Amino acid sequence: MSVIERDVPDEQVVRGVGLPRLGEPAPDFEAVTTHGVLRLADYEGGWLVLFSHPADFTPVCTTEFIGFAEIYPQLRERGTELLGLSIDSVYSHIAWVRNIQEKTGVAIPFPVIADLDRKVATAYGMVMPGESATETARCVFVIDPRAVVRAMIYYPPTTGRNLQEIVRLIDALQAADTHHVATPAGWRPGERVIVPAPATTEQAAERVAESDAGEYECIDWYLCTKKV
Amino acid sequence: MACITATGTVTASGRAILSAAATPSTAQQVADTTGLPVFRVRSALRELTQAGLVTESAGRFQAADRVHVADRVHVAGKEPAP
Repeated sequence: MSVIERDVPDEQVVRGVGLPRLGEPAPDFEAVTTHGVLRLADYEGGWLVLFSHPADFTPVCTTEFIGFAEIYPQLRERGTELLGLSIDSVYSHIAWVRNIQEKTGVAIPFPVIADLDRKVATAYGMVMPGESATETARCVFVIDPRAVVRAMIYYPPTTGRNLQEIVRLIDALQAADTHHVATPAGWRPGERVIVPAPATTEQAAERVAESDAGEYECIDWYLCTKKV
Repeated sequence: MACITATGTVTASGRAILSAAATPSTAQQVADTTGLPVFRVRSALRELTQAGLVTESAGRFQAADRVHVADRVHVAGKEPAP
């Protein structure tokens, strides 16, 4: 038994500080949302961006929701859905998204989990007690069509996310899967991609020869790019 | 519930899904017909199945025989609270 479990009433123990890991199955869930009860399995076969925000009716979160609504069509073109979450009631979520539409004209087209029991937030390590023990941080989990966690982003409550970076991330992950390549810093679709580095001296020699033949553009044997 | 209200009526999206499932269809086919995202269709089909308005066999869903997709479909046993 840990010190925390021994000294603090059970209901006050902060649990679930472990995070999901890249490349491992996303924690399963069934949750009440603004679009009804949804399960992780409902997203099977497509990409999912699961994100959390600290609280409804707060300023930074409102700007983010408007931003998420703006990128939603771009994400759907990429076979990707959005699913929000905070530790608020579904009635609070409904009131907030209606207020956003009333005040800004922006409709929120994606569902938002009402995680009052914190089950999903705990499973995904969304609460950062050092920042806030009662709210979720600004977390983003990219989950692929096989329900595997492929990327995670964490921002503190003070700092709104860059929504276009999420679109770029989806593009990069999908390009990596489709073409079996990696993508360089700041990569955008249409730009050259990185060929996986040779793993043996023989492959390195072959890569140099392929570069000389014009198949790749190489800075050196370990950093070669190509068009896709 | 998403497509059945607390008073037992089926919402517009629920009626669209029932209509699309007039013949045995996969969730993806229902999504294609209705234009709804497949995650919403899967959730709604689960709800409609639990309410006895849809049957499922081998991954295909069909509106139950007793369902007539009218303006308002009432679900037995979900009477409004007094």
